[in-house]
This record gives sequence, C-alpha cells and structure tokens, in this order.
Amino acid sequence: MEFFKIRRTIPFMRHALVFNVISLITFVLAVGFLAVRGLHFSIEFTGGTVMEVTHDKPAQPDKIREALGAAGFKDINVLKFGSSQDVLIRLPLKANPDPKIQNEEMQKQSVAAMAVLRTVDASAKIVRTEFVGGQVGKELATDGALALLVVCLGIMVYLAFRFEWRFAVATIIANLHDVVIILGVFAAFQWEFSLPVLAAVLAILGYSVNESVVVFDRVRENFRKMRRASVDEIMDASITGTISRTIITHGSTQMMVLSILFFGGASLYFFALALTIGICFGIYSSVLVAAPLAKYLGASREDFVKPEKKAVEHALP
Amino acid sequence: MNKYPVWKYVIIAIALVVSLVYASPNLFVEVPVVQVSGARASVKVEPALQSELEAAVKGAGIAIAGVEVAEGHATFRFADTDTQIKARDVIQSKVPAGYVVALNLQSATPKWLQALGAKPMYLGLDLRGGVHFLLQVDMKAAANKSVERYVSDVRSLLRDKKIYYSGLAREGDRVVVRFRESDQRVAAQKLIEKEMPDLALREQVAGEEAAIVATIKPEIVKKEQELALQQNIQTLRNRVNELGVAEPIIQQQGGDRIVVQLAGVQDPGRAKEILGRTATLEVRMVSEEHSAGPGQNAFAAYKDQPAPFGTDKYLDSEGNTVLVKKTLVITGDRIKDAQPGFDQRDGGPVVSMALDDSGGRIMRQTTRENLKKRMGMMLVERNSTVVLTWPVIQEEFGNRFQISGIGDVQEARNLALLLRAGALAAPMDIIEERTVGPSLGAENIAKGFKSVVYGFVAIAIFMIIYYSLFGVISVGALASNLLFLVALLSMLQATLTLPGIAAIALALGMAIDANVLINERIREELRAGMSPQMAIQVGYERAFDTIFDSNITTLIAGLALLAFGSGPVRGFAVVHCLGILTSIFSAVMVSRGIVNLIYGGRKKVAKVYIGNTEWHKKDATA
Repeated sequence: MEFFKIRRTIPFMRHALVFNVISLITFVLAVGFLAVRGLHFSIEFTGGTVMEVTHDKPAQPDKIREALGAAGFKDINVLKFGSSQDVLIRLPLKANPDPKIQNEEMQKQSVAAMAVLRTVDASAKIVRTEFVGGQVGKELATDGALALLVVCLGIMVYLAFRFEWRFAVATIIANLHDVVIILGVFAAFQWEFSLPVLAAVLAILGYSVNESVVVFDRVRENFRKMRRASVDEIMDASITGTISRTIITHGSTQMMVLSILFFGGASLYFFALALTIGICFGIYSSVLVAAPLAKYLGASREDFVKPEKKAVEHALP
Repeated sequence: MNKYPVWKYVIIAIALVVSLVYASPNLFVEVPVVQVSGARASVKVEPALQSELEAAVKGAGIAIAGVEVAEGHATFRFADTDTQIKARDVIQSKVPAGYVVALNLQSATPKWLQALGAKPMYLGLDLRGGVHFLLQVDMKAAANKSVERYVSDVRSLLRDKKIYYSGLAREGDRVVVRFRESDQRVAAQKLIEKEMPDLALREQVAGEEAAIVATIKPEIVKKEQELALQQNIQTLRNRVNELGVAEPIIQQQGGDRIVVQLAGVQDPGRAKEILGRTATLEVRMVSEEHSAGPGQNAFAAYKDQPAPFGTDKYLDSEGNTVLVKKTLVITGDRIKDAQPGFDQRDGGPVVSMALDDSGGRIMRQTTRENLKKRMGMMLVERNSTVVLTWPVIQEEFGNRFQISGIGDVQEARNLALLLRAGALAAPMDIIEERTVGPSLGAENIAKGFKSVVYGFVAIAIFMIIYYSLFGVISVGALASNLLFLVALLSMLQATLTLPGIAAIALALGMAIDANVLINERIREELRAGMSPQMAIQVGYERAFDTIFDSNITTLIAGLALLAFGSGPVRGFAVVHCLGILTSIFSAVMVSRGIVNLIYGGRKKVAKVYIGNTEWHKKDATA
C-alpha cells in the first residue's frame, strides 16, 4: 500500500512566492492577535490560585459565580472542567507590593472561597488546588523565555555546524514562524497558555526542525548527484523525494497526539492542541518555507560540493 | 549480507531481558500497607515491637496479609484500604513515642525482583495525590535576628568584663558600641576581636565620642543562612513526622527555598496547617516598671492603651495583657532541648529546657540581675505573638532550667514540642502550593495509560497495513522502545508525572519517524532497481544520518526544557530526553536485528515484504 504515487518532480519552487505570501499573512495575523489580545497565561506564569472542585450533583457555575460575587470576590473565573460535576475556579493574584502579605492574603482567600462554595452546594469538595506566588510566576515566565532562546540557539549552532549557516538561519526562521503561529492561535482563541503548552511548543520546535533537516539532507545529496541541475530543480527534487515520508511520519505522530487529545483528559487538552497545530504547520513550514528561504539566502552548490577543497586551501598558508 | 555478528544480537537480547525484568514491577498492583518507622534514623523497629504490634492488630480482629521488617521499619500489608485504616488506628494507639505510623501503598512485586532492585516507576504527585509546597525562607529576617543576637552577646560580654560603654545599639545590619573613654574602647575592641571572631570591627571617631562599628563577616552571614535553612528543613522534617507520611521529600531548592512533597496525604489542609506554623521562640524581660503588681492583671491598665516607649504589648494564652521590653534576652535557636516533665517539689507539670553555652551564659547573667522579676517566653508567629508563660525568676540559673506554671501535662507536652521543633531559624512563606486528591491521581493515570495504548494501537495498525512485514518489524521496534523507556524510568526512579506520560506517548509518536524513514528509503532503493538485500543494507545506512540529525535537534529542545523547566515540565523533559535515546537504539539496532534475522545471510531473496513497490513499473509497461 502506498498513498503517494508521485511520478514526476513537483515544481514546488515555482510557487515559492505563493507559499511565502501565505506564510507572511498567517504570520502577520498571528503577531496581530498576540499584540492585540495577548496570551491568556495560566496562573503558573501570572501567580494566583486555581481550585478544582467536585460536587455530587452537576455543578452550577453561574450560581457559584453569583455567590462569590456577592461575597465580595472580584475578577473570579469559574469554568466547567472535565465532567459536569467539576468546576475550575481561578482567583487572580491580589495586588500588593509586599509579596509576603500578598501570599498570606491569597491563602486566606482560597479558604474563604471554599466556604462560599459550600453554601452553594454542601457537597463541594476540593480535588486539586494550585497556588503560585507572584515571584514564582515571574521566574517561570523568564525561565520559559530563556528555554525558548536556548533551544533556538542550540539548534542553529548544530545546523550551522552540520550544514552551513544559510540552512541554519532558514530552518530556524521557518520553525520560529510555526511557534509564532501556535502562540497566535492561542491568543486568538484565548486558550490557556500553561507550562505543558510551553513544553509542547518547545518539543514541536525540536521536532519540526527534523523535517527541514531531512529535506536539506536530501538537498545536499542531490547537489552532489545532480551535477547539472539548477538550485530550483534540486530543491524540487529533494522536497518531492521526501514529501511522502514527511506526511506519513507527521501523520503517525499526529495519531498519538490525537489519542492524547481525546483520552488524556482536560489537563492535557491544550498541550495536545498545541502539538496538533505545531505538527500541521510544521509540515508546511519546514518544507515549503525553509527551502525557499535557504535559496533566497543564497544557498548554492559550492556550499556542499567542495568542502574538502576548502579545507586544503585553509591548510596551505 | 545483512548479517549481524553474534555480539550485536547478544547486546539486543541482554537489553531486552534486563528491560523486561526492570519494567515488570509496574505490572503488579499496589497493596495498602501501614508502615512503622523511627522518627529519627537512630530509632529502629525491633522484631519484639513488630510482633507486639502484629498481635495487637490480630487481637482487634483485623486480618494481616503480610508483615516485613527491613531497614529498621516494619511494613504491615492489608487486603484493602478499609482494613488498612482500621489497623492504622490500632497500631497508632500501641506504638511508643518516637515512632511514626504512616499509610502507604506498596507494589506487590515478588521478592526476587525486589532483590534485583526492580521497583515500579516513581509516580509524581499529580498521579498519586498529595501536596507540594514551595517555601521561601525569609533570609532578611534571619539576618536581622542574628544582628539582634550579636547586640545582646556584645552587651553581656562587655558587662562580664566590666568594660564601660556609653551606648550600644543596632543600626541596620551593624552593631554600634559608643565609648566616652578611649582606653575602654581599645580594651573592648581587643576583647570583641578575641571572643567574637565572626565580627568585623571598625573604629569610628566623631567629635568627642569614639565608637566601634561591628558588622558580621560576609562568609559568616552566608554560613548562618545555610544553617538557618538546614535548621528549617530539620524543623519541617520533625513536623512532617507528626503527620505520618510515608516517604516525605524535604529538600533545599536554590539558596533560600525548601520544597516539601508529601505523597498520598489524606488531608492536605492539616498538612498545610502543621507545616505553615512558622513559630519562633523569644525570651524577653517583662517590663516591671509599668506593672501594677504581681498576678495576671499586672498590665490590665494598658489593655486599651498604646505600649509605652521601649516595650511591646502582647497577650498571653489566657488573654491577659503583658508588656515586655523590646530587648531580646535569647531566641529559640539557643534551645538545645525541651522535654515535658514534673516539678520535683510540687509535682506540677513543667518543661525542662536545655540551652547552648552562649544561651546559658546570657541566661545566667540575666537571671542574676533580675531575681524576683518576671521573664516572658513568647511564641512568635507571622502576624501574632503569644506570651506562652511569664513566670517569676526564683533563682539564678544557666543553661538548664524549668518552665513551670503550665496548666496540665498535655499543655506541657505541646509546649515542649513547640519549643523543640517549633522553632524555625527564620520565618517561611508558602510561595507555591499544589494539592491533588488521590482520586484525581488515579484518574490521571487511567487517562494517561489510555492515551498511550490507543495511540500505540492506531500507529501499529497503520504501520502494518502500510508496510506489511516491515510494518510488523517497525511495530516490534516501537514496542521494544516502550519497554526500554519504562524500564529506564523504573531503574532511574525518575518522577513520572501526567505530562511525563504524555511525553511517553509523544516519544512513541516521534520514534516511529525513524522507522518510516528507513522503510521509505528501502522502498525507494527497491524502486530504483536495487536487489532486495542491497536495498535493505543501503536503506538502513542512508537513513541513519538523517535519524541521527533529527534526534539531535529534538534532544537539544529536550535538554533546554530539562535545564529551565520546573515542576510538571521537568517531568515531561526527562521522559522526552530518555525517549529520544531509547528510540535511536530501538529503531536502528532492534529493527535491524529483526530484519537481519529474517533476511540475513539468505542467498536469494525474491521479494521484500514492504508493501507494493512495483506500481511505477506497471505504469511504465501500460
């Protein structure tokens, strides 16, 4: 059985401009959403309290919201979570310049909120709570940004060493474009951006670089094999030669991710969603964005075919 | 062609067998147990105690499924959690002081596996249920307190040696001693230099007055902070022992933080209450000059009045107003021991205290100078200070003394515990807290397990349909990958979290990439007209470079996550990185091994079962 019976080389590069325009539009849209709406950060980054509360009967988020509002709680977020009996309550961090007093107030607040919940439904029971102090949240946010930076740098250094800088730059731009799009989608729908989602984004970054690597591996091979072909022809041949594998591997990874999405429960939902977006855009960008970018940056046969000669030249003086 | 030397098969076989052995404990169900262990490492459960407890449990009509004594603690196994809890109550009532009784779950792994060190994967809090606290130690408060202590140490030292000073005060983090006469200053400087090498001294002359400015040496400050942290950890450990938690984790994190993880705690609220008690002890003199006389109502007049200059106003445990001087006599970190007991004269409950040498010296001097005056022992918590007791000093005493005037025996016991274990070197704040109920943990395991299984099955079906025999081989390699990963996680006892299970699923999803790469390459070579044996050989060789490259980049991402991630993300990163390593081995070594077993060494291979690769020929002839 074979899905892709590709008989001739597909002229991807002829349409490079179209792909680039599509990328640019989605990219600009994503940046726009990020700028206008911003990410909906989970309390891990912002600080605050989350309580998962279960009831014997189906929960009534509206009533809970009302009761909490009447008890003087502000900016409270009450959501259904998982089954109908469960609600998720978010208490934002209280503004207070002194982190110590802030922490204490938050502790008191969650106890008070629970008391209110019991008045709405006596069967209310805490399943899970999470409290993150303001200072910890800030650290997590910086650590996350730092991790992203290190991943980008590490991958670039490796690719520059393994191939050459044009490919490294092309790859990282193509994949950062994926990351921005994932973030853009999360901003557009105001999905919660939590630590697992960050992990998914970084994992996807490492994973989709694979595709570019596979294509560029083939490009290198073809530069050596197809002596007379133009850069465009070589890129086309390389992409055509690998596209079937790309789709199949991404497809199988996606099967796993779908399994997490459907069976992994509410706490892994956004993690799996981020992976799904990442995998879909990963196919597109690493194949159809990275290759044209490398060409624009001036990748040529000389970069690959005569490395030995260069080494000799260096050794001469 | 396509033959592996024997040693490669041996490596694969050993890897598989070892993994099978170490992964197998995960298959055994966990049984409820009650563990009895010594509160301190030196206290061990002796066989006599174990058989006594066993008899007691049996006497209460509770069936025991098994008993073990190992490494100084006894483990009683039970059929279900109901009997476990009943038995816990029985054991709790029989166990002498100094032992901790805890509920736990233990894998029913057979003895011979345990002897090999095989254990099931270590589950994180989100899978087992429990509480996690991150506590920030207030180092500034610790530093302030230590400056205060030096102020009182310098004071008692100068008084002891009869050196006269005109002023002694704390200014920020410095101790400033002023002198009218310069010979006194010189003498004082010599004395302090000799007796307190932890202080860095500096002279300061302003007009008529000469002064010594003492600061604590930076390396001492650092050492004291470390000590404060260690003492707080020890205090937390003592408190956790009260809770009866099976395997508490209490660790330092960074320079000023402590992580506490208590898995399987039934009542997170109580854990928080006990851990959160940030009590320290302070001893200060009662301000007798404002007192209206002896008795409880000495300071009743100040009930609604502000505290006079130089004093602080607090309530005692019965609600009476007490005025104490601002000057500290000693703090709780001078206490070496506190034990409940009985007064030898009137038989009333007392707490016998033991102080360290420096504390004893200060106490001796203070009590000598303040006979028949009252001394306040205060428990300082975050926002509230309670005067535990304010007895009259009957006689001079040093580093051993008794606190009397305590209500009853129970109160004496509580007070001793608070004085002994309740003293934190520095106050702490909970800056991160996570509690997960036990039912949610079980639910998370089930969900994670389902995701892995269904995902695996879907990929397996697809691979077998798409690549026929080579698909089967790929699925075999993928299964071995899962086995290696689980075995590694069990061996390393790395914490498995829900994101960690997601990482297992993702690792499998990504690992199949390598097999697809190989299979596609072989197909391509076959299409190009290579002989089957050649195609297999070349397919594996060419695919290897790509597999290596792509895994390296994924590994970079994984390592960065490991370095910067915390909590759940760390759990993800560990599995992610390990998954990459096992997938390289299984995709390259194991799948090649199977292929070689099937095709290797055959003279003639007519067909490679890797799906149809002949379609383009038909096209050409058509």
